[in-house]
Amino acid sequence: MYRIRFHGRGGQGMKTASRILSNAFFLGGYEVQDAPRYGAERRGAPIFAYVRAAKQPINERGIINRPDLVIVADDSLVAIPAAGVLQGIGPQTVLMINSHEAARTWEERLNVPGQVLILPVTEEVEDRAELPFLGTTCAGAAARLIGIIPLEHLQQAIRDELAHLGTEIVEKNLQQAAEAYELAAEYAGKVIEGTEISAQDYAKPEWIDMPFEVASISAPTIHTGLTSELAATGTWRTMRPVIDYQLCNRCWWVCSEFCPDGAITVDDEGYPQIDLDQCKGCMICVAQCPPHAIEAVAESVAQLAEATEATEATEAVGDKS
Amino acid sequence: MTRQLLTGNGAAAWAARLAKVDYVPAFPITPQTEIIETLSAWFDNGEIPGRMTTLESEQSMITAAGAAAITGVRVFTATSSQGLLYGMEMLYTVAGWRAPFVMINVSRGLSAPLTLEPDHNDILAARDSGFLQIHCATCQEVLDSTLIAYRLAEHEKVRLPVIVNQDGFYLSFTREPVEIPDPALAARFVGQFDPENTQLRASAPTSQAVAVLGGSPYSYFRYELHLAAQQALDVYDEVAAEFAEQFGRDYSAIESYRIDDAEFAFVMMGCFATKAKEAVDRLRDIGWRIGLVRPRLLRPFPEQALHDALADKKAIAIIDQNISMGKGGVLHTEVASALYGAKAAPLLTSYIGGLGGRDISQEELFEIANQLKQAVEKGSAPPPRLLYTAGELREMRKLQAIAHVERQELKLGEESDNDQGEGND
Repeated sequence: MYRIRFHGRGGQGMKTASRILSNAFFLGGYEVQDAPRYGAERRGAPIFAYVRAAKQPINERGIINRPDLVIVADDSLVAIPAAGVLQGIGPQTVLMINSHEAARTWEERLNVPGQVLILPVTEEVEDRAELPFLGTTCAGAAARLIGIIPLEHLQQAIRDELAHLGTEIVEKNLQQAAEAYELAAEYAGKVIEGTEISAQDYAKPEWIDMPFEVASISAPTIHTGLTSELAATGTWRTMRPVIDYQLCNRCWWVCSEFCPDGAITVDDEGYPQIDLDQCKGCMICVAQCPPHAIEAVAESVAQLAEATEATEATEAVGDKS
Repeated sequence: MTRQLLTGNGAAAWAARLAKVDYVPAFPITPQTEIIETLSAWFDNGEIPGRMTTLESEQSMITAAGAAAITGVRVFTATSSQGLLYGMEMLYTVAGWRAPFVMINVSRGLSAPLTLEPDHNDILAARDSGFLQIHCATCQEVLDSTLIAYRLAEHEKVRLPVIVNQDGFYLSFTREPVEIPDPALAARFVGQFDPENTQLRASAPTSQAVAVLGGSPYSYFRYELHLAAQQALDVYDEVAAEFAEQFGRDYSAIESYRIDDAEFAFVMMGCFATKAKEAVDRLRDIGWRIGLVRPRLLRPFPEQALHDALADKKAIAIIDQNISMGKGGVLHTEVASALYGAKAAPLLTSYIGGLGGRDISQEELFEIANQLKQAVEKGSAPPPRLLYTAGELREMRKLQAIAHVERQELKLGEESDNDQGEGND
């Protein structure tokens, strides 16, 4: 059985990618199963989708723990443990990451047993959740890596799955998928169908007897508001609000009041300060600010600017010494 | 026949379409909403006739479904979890009216704590309501069972509402190849709804909600409801046999997988049972004689069929994706009742697993099989077990450590506030 996982952010088309791939398998006579998995149904939140394909009826269900192929549409997810990108990667697993960085860099950084490949399609766009055609691109690359899916089945699957979007969008997706299919030609057939777990030789589950604990410990109570501070929801952000203090009229309340996460405080001089560990990037402040002093900047662009600034600052210190 | 890829929710919507439902009262809830979204798109673009009304709650939705059914129109509705519980008062009531309609429940664990992922405590809360229950394990089965459910609900010997249950995420959002029956054949199979004497009309008001004082008439009505539910066992067998003949897919009241020569058996409900099929195959590969029994019908309870399938086994593992607080697995209790008094009855072992969508791994199923073997060697069953690992508890401890730090910070904060207060005095 082939077991494939697609990781991305809500809005990047991972559910679509899984549906295209599974449909393409199905057209080739495979039994298939595809499903998305998301917690919060929200743009920009980490999601994954998975595909199983086999010549026999599929009885396995749920999350794939031993993937043959993992496709990562957004490399910023790799560092988020909750996204589970690296879960169950073994020596046979192919891990394909959409990234500017080299495969070797990722191999050294991650130190995982599988083989890392790069899908070089990252483009700079305003909002990462709007990377165009990323879903079909990932499906196209996956189809070629698997090696047994002919291009015409991939194309038919795209027509089936995206028909509701109209001819023009379908055509663009077909083109993107074909390019990705071509791009991955070098590694065609790299993905190997995984085996089943043997009932003879398996890792025994480490079951425990659940200990009794009193309700003051075991009730699902959040005792203080601090839990939300401890979860750095800033990692969810795909867009960052940036304040132009020249334009800020120190109204002292609008942006901070409207912030649904209480992530904006106002300092003694009446200037708002955004807590970027907590700001989820909803951009409500951008919409509300009366003098339009807050700008929405793509998070990737903002991070790059920060890194450049930091380097320049270090160099400046170096010059002085 | 061509097959296409459909989610469990898509399959449910297709079943409603093929059954030519007249009326769909609706209220959204994850992970069910896709069913009513699909139907509303079809109503909206004129692909299917009929009417959908969005109600203000599940309580109203189930009332509307029951009320519409007794006017003689075919009704379909769907809910999940908290929604099912919110409508619970009316579940009992419309079953008491003997209003025949079909409702899909997409199983999802119950609050608190709140979750979106599946287990069977929601549907089991409706166990004694008078609704019949069919539990599904594949997307195909969701579609087919819904068609069967209309025949069952509307049968003159039964006339009760039916819930068709599917697991959230694992079926509701999962696409599998599904054969959509030919619409003409499906329509012929389901047939016309003959409401007999239940045709409530605005021009000729009748009352369904009679009050009875004194236990005697009450006992009569309630026991008649029970007898109707029991009749549904034979009716189900007849309808399922007819379905198998026409469509080639067999849905007997219990699914038995490689059970005939088995010494051991897994017993499970819902789609996690397909995981156990996989485990059965792998165990059979290395010489085990083991099988799976999955009740499709929970109400009426197929007691005799379960007895016949299981009474000669050495040991049985009942894996409940639910928990009755202070008792344990509900299916375990039910299966025990079916086997009580059997000569050389099998050892029963009880496992709770898959609460709130917690996965059940192949390794765990293999280990359960090994425990069955050990139980037979020892001559006694191990105590009930929650499928839960040391690693999971470690993760839980990390969360609790965060909660503990907060509590400490809160406490210290209060203390320093008090200190300041004293200072001001």
